[in-house]
Amino acid sequence: MTTTPVPAGARRRAVIATPTRLGRAGWLAVAGVVSLMVVLVGGIVLGSVDLAPSTTVAILAKRFLGLDLGLAWAPTAEAIVIDLRLPRVLTAMVVGTGLAVAGATFQALLRNPLADPYVLGTASGAALGAAIAVLIPVRTLFLQFGLVNTLAFVGAILSVTVVYKLSRKSSLSPLTSLLLTGYAVGSLLSAGLAMAMYLSGTGLRQIFSFLLGGFDGTSWARLAVAAPLIIGGTIAILLRARALNGFLLGEEAAAHLGVDVKRERVILIALASLVTAAGVAVAGLIGFVGLVVPHFVRMLVGPNARLVLPISALFGASLLAAADVVARMLGGVPVGVVTAIIGAPFFLLLLRRARTGYEL
Amino acid sequence: MIAPALFADGVTVEARERAILRDVSFSLDHGERVALIGPNGAGKSTLLRVLAGILRPAAGRVLLDDVPIATFDRSEVAKRLAVVPQQTALPFSMRVEEVVALGRLPHEAALRGARPSDRAAVAAAIDRVGLGHLMGRDARELSLGERQLVLLALAVAQAAPVLLLDEPTVHLDLRHQVEAMELLCDLNERDGTALVAVLHDLGLAAHFFPRLVIIEHGRIIADGPPAEILTDERIRETFGVEPALVRLAAGVNGG
Repeated sequence: MTTTPVPAGARRRAVIATPTRLGRAGWLAVAGVVSLMVVLVGGIVLGSVDLAPSTTVAILAKRFLGLDLGLAWAPTAEAIVIDLRLPRVLTAMVVGTGLAVAGATFQALLRNPLADPYVLGTASGAALGAAIAVLIPVRTLFLQFGLVNTLAFVGAILSVTVVYKLSRKSSLSPLTSLLLTGYAVGSLLSAGLAMAMYLSGTGLRQIFSFLLGGFDGTSWARLAVAAPLIIGGTIAILLRARALNGFLLGEEAAAHLGVDVKRERVILIALASLVTAAGVAVAGLIGFVGLVVPHFVRMLVGPNARLVLPISALFGASLLAAADVVARMLGGVPVGVVTAIIGAPFFLLLLRRARTGYEL
Repeated sequence: MIAPALFADGVTVEARERAILRDVSFSLDHGERVALIGPNGAGKSTLLRVLAGILRPAAGRVLLDDVPIATFDRSEVAKRLAVVPQQTALPFSMRVEEVVALGRLPHEAALRGARPSDRAAVAAAIDRVGLGHLMGRDARELSLGERQLVLLALAVAQAAPVLLLDEPTVHLDLRHQVEAMELLCDLNERDGTALVAVLHDLGLAAHFFPRLVIIEHGRIIADGPPAEILTDERIRETFGVEPALVRLAAGVNGG
């Protein structure tokens, strides 16, 4: 057949269109790495105890590169940099990476722009687990984590599993059923959480501090437990970008495009939930990072998961570590409060700038 | 004898105790093109989904290149068989060429992503369907008809030897309906793509397809050239319209 006449400019645009977004993705990746570096240095230099940037750099150079820059410092300065601030910044980065990637995964998989890492009940499961841990008078350590962290992890994983299993009993479409089941189970668990908080008495503050999230309890030992789960899960998700792209047109179209829908769906849900649960166990419930970052990235580079996932990882890491610095500067405000205060207006701005409305 | 490209063998599909397809057998040769016609609810789309291997029949089986389709990996099926998906709402803003590029998913390496050959196939598909002027546009801002053409281009980019289409022209204006039909004929005759298209327009079906299959109440009731099977009696009985309405559009003087 003779195709309809192609306007003169069309072909030239055809060549340019894709590289523009790829090029933008490249710049964005560079910006992400630079901001990561800036936040890393800023996160170590800034804090309640004043340390000169030169001292900080000298301590790090001595410790990791074996270089002596000819500066002297107090032993406490070294302890602050190496044992407190460095693991704290790195933990915030790892958790931010996980939340952003898990959010991007759930948004693409559930085809729902409102999805975040907590959409399938992870948050309420973790919260209830943490609250129960506060109520139990036992104090024990498990892999360097307290009972609160451990039960939060278990609660998150359990509630996603329950949501997934229950959703399969419904005759609704799998995605609708997952979302609605997630909502219903989440509400039930929230009722449990409210009850636990009501009964908690003096433990209330501890439950609240978990709900708001933060990095006060971080240490190298905890990072060593959480990081492999989060980074491993994130890499495994990145490797499934092709399947995630298939889901953009819906599950049936994904099957036509060669995606083993049932298998990929359960694997992606499991990985994103694992990453989320590990992040929640370390840092509590930190909102908005997993919702806002993927939207921001998608608006700039389009919905291709091969670009969205890695760039979201970079910016999620920077954003959460930066938010933690701000929280520390403000004298220990919970990080979840900072991310909400930064995230919500930013999200509203994104919504205003989006050219077309979201279809739900 | 060469095995057919796609073969449904005694397929029965049931939903809630009700048979949607009953013992349907259908064979599509390499390089053939067939229109599936029949009234609403006859089971045409269900047959298409069974042929695509995404709906497992209660009885019977489907062979793709002489191998049971259920034994293939989905990605292997997608290299051999493309489906023009029905309209779906896109959850995120997506450019036309990004939607079309999804047709290359089955050919992409898991890690590397799109290669230059994939990008060339996407550009060629866009050109062939005549969508060059829509490049760079948000696919969600397009009209229903334009979106239908985008999905057609996606399936063309997939470049599979078998192509299944479910009412590919339903939202198109008359000129684009004819152009889409001409494109299908071109894919069939020049590239040798075997086609099965569910169509509602008997005129288009009779004019552009040398073989029609009529489905009614979950059974194939006729299978053959339009002039032989699209009799006046059949048009009245199965489709409930006056034959003159169909003849006028099709220019077929059968019956």
